[in-house]
Amino acid sequence: MTEKIATRDAYGKALAELGRTNPDIVVLDADLSKSTKTAVFGAEFPGRFFNMGIAEANMIGTAAGLAAAGKIPFASTFAVFATGRAFDQVRNSVCYPQLNVKIAATHAGLTVGEDGASHQSVEDIALMRALPGMTVIVPADGVETRLAVQAAAAYKGPVYLRLGRPKVPVIFGDDYRFEIGKAALLQEGKDVTIVACGYMVGEALAAAETLAGEGVEARVLNMSTIKPIDTEALVKAARETGALVTAEEHNIIGGLGGAVAEVLAEECPVPIYRVGIRDTFGESGSPGDLLKKYGLTAADIVEAAKKAMAKK
Amino acid sequence: MELAAETKAMLEDKAKRIRRHIVSMLAEAGSGHPGGSLSIADIVTALYFQVMKVDPARPDWEERDRFVLSKGHACPVLYAALAERGIFPVEELKTLRKINSRLQGHPDMKKTPGVEMSTGSLGQGLAAANGMALAGKLDKKDYRVYVVLGDGEINEGMIWEAAMAAAHYGLDNLTAFLDFNGLQIDGSIREVMNSEPLPEKWAAFGWNVLTIDGHDFGEIIAAVEKAKETKGRPTMIVANTVKGKGVSFMENQVGWHGNAPSKEQAEQALAELA
Ligand SMILES: Cc1ncc(C[n+]2csc(CCOP(=O)(O)OP(=O)(O)O)c2C)c(N)n1
Ligand SMILES: [Mg+2]
Repeated sequence: MTEKIATRDAYGKALAELGRTNPDIVVLDADLSKSTKTAVFGAEFPGRFFNMGIAEANMIGTAAGLAAAGKIPFASTFAVFATGRAFDQVRNSVCYPQLNVKIAATHAGLTVGEDGASHQSVEDIALMRALPGMTVIVPADGVETRLAVQAAAAYKGPVYLRLGRPKVPVIFGDDYRFEIGKAALLQEGKDVTIVACGYMVGEALAAAETLAGEGVEARVLNMSTIKPIDTEALVKAARETGALVTAEEHNIIGGLGGAVAEVLAEECPVPIYRVGIRDTFGESGSPGDLLKKYGLTAADIVEAAKKAMAKK
Repeated sequence: MELAAETKAMLEDKAKRIRRHIVSMLAEAGSGHPGGSLSIADIVTALYFQVMKVDPARPDWEERDRFVLSKGHACPVLYAALAERGIFPVEELKTLRKINSRLQGHPDMKKTPGVEMSTGSLGQGLAAANGMALAGKLDKKDYRVYVVLGDGEINEGMIWEAAMAAAHYGLDNLTAFLDFNGLQIDGSIREVMNSEPLPEKWAAFGWNVLTIDGHDFGEIIAAVEKAKETKGRPTMIVANTVKGKGVSFMENQVGWHGNAPSKEQAEQALAELA
């Protein structure tokens, strides 16, 4: 059986690990540290951990000040609040002055589950992607999360890390090398390309397996950096496979699907189908029930792949 | 205030039924927030069964009093009160947090009859209540607006923007309760982000401030009556409460903020609430 670990759990551990070697790492949270897992860092480094209470705007503004004074702040809360509640602070206090703030937001997307629509971010990638100078990373598993946290700390400038609530299968081995801006080729294929991020990478691999059973060779790309996006890998996929499907736990507007469509419309137009949330808010339910109801399963990717191939 | 014996008995019975629903629905859902639901069960009971003008047959009746649950995670108490008040079937409480249910994990005014405002992102309900109170004045209606805030929730800066605005516009048709249970998620309010002193802060913002025992029906109703008599200012009722009130093993336990009881724990809780 494949090992499963939530990306938020990997985040908490990776932060504490980073704290041991880098004294400039400071962590802020907004009364959700047990859920975002920053409490792991807080327990080990109480002096460098600031619980700002239920005050996300103030948390981001404070992170900006810490960065301006030379620290490397990681600020965490749920994705809806980190990007929505504190949007203007992220825009005007972090991105505009290009401060070295890392926003690591957990509980992104529908897999928040029972808490419902108020807590399910369907728009955070779009919001963060539209900000000049923001780097947007959506790790697919625990291994990639750890590497992305390290890469974000090493990089100078604003970074948005999108993490999830549920346990997800470990996809990458210990030999995986993560680089900001580089897609990872998970499976070679010539008939169609599935570009996925985050939770949907597991579904993309399952879809590729189903397609293989029907004689379709699907390429699978893990597009963990949504900005800056790996244009080279996308153009190569478009040229070599002639049709694409994007898969994300996010609105099909403005997220991964939007980013891929923008690049390929200019560089190498091919049929693209977007699997994702179809411009609606979510609702309460188990993650499994929600993914099914909102069309975010391997079966939905298979169907989209067939539609895209038929348009070639 | 001395309540008539039968009124007091009726309210106590309703509050107990509401607490039992909270425990049962959360156990059935397998997730949700018992602590902050139980801490305001008496306030919500007093509002829906003694204070507020509501017509169960017409949840959208224009003259009704409005209730905004700004600390939206406590919605099990609101759903239980709405069901007990006859606005939707008690049976439906079982569907809480399940797919396709009208009873969402946080209040959704588009889905649930009787829910006046969609909340769940903390800090936003007071502003919405202000808007309803302003509209009431514009329309020369005599409905009143009630809102419940959490003592962690008021960490949000927006609460203080709304506090300023309510006083600025003299919203005397607005009555707020502050659920002073002393706990948020990561710990006590003193550990996480101290919002005290509470009455002094609200008074400094221009509010009429009353402090009560939030589990005493006489005090709750007397405070509401005083608020109605107060002209030119909104009223804040700082209610001293116990998070998890009524279930011994949940009382004052921060760990019961957002965890549902197991079947066995629910049985024990229901035995205590018999
Ligand atoms: C804007 C926002 N930030 C964070 C949360 C997550 N959250 C839900 S409840 C809660 C603690 C609330 O504490 P308090 O207001 O004291 O509620 P109570 O003790 O009455 O349950 C937090 C941080 C949220 N719902 N909204
Ligand atoms: Mg509280």
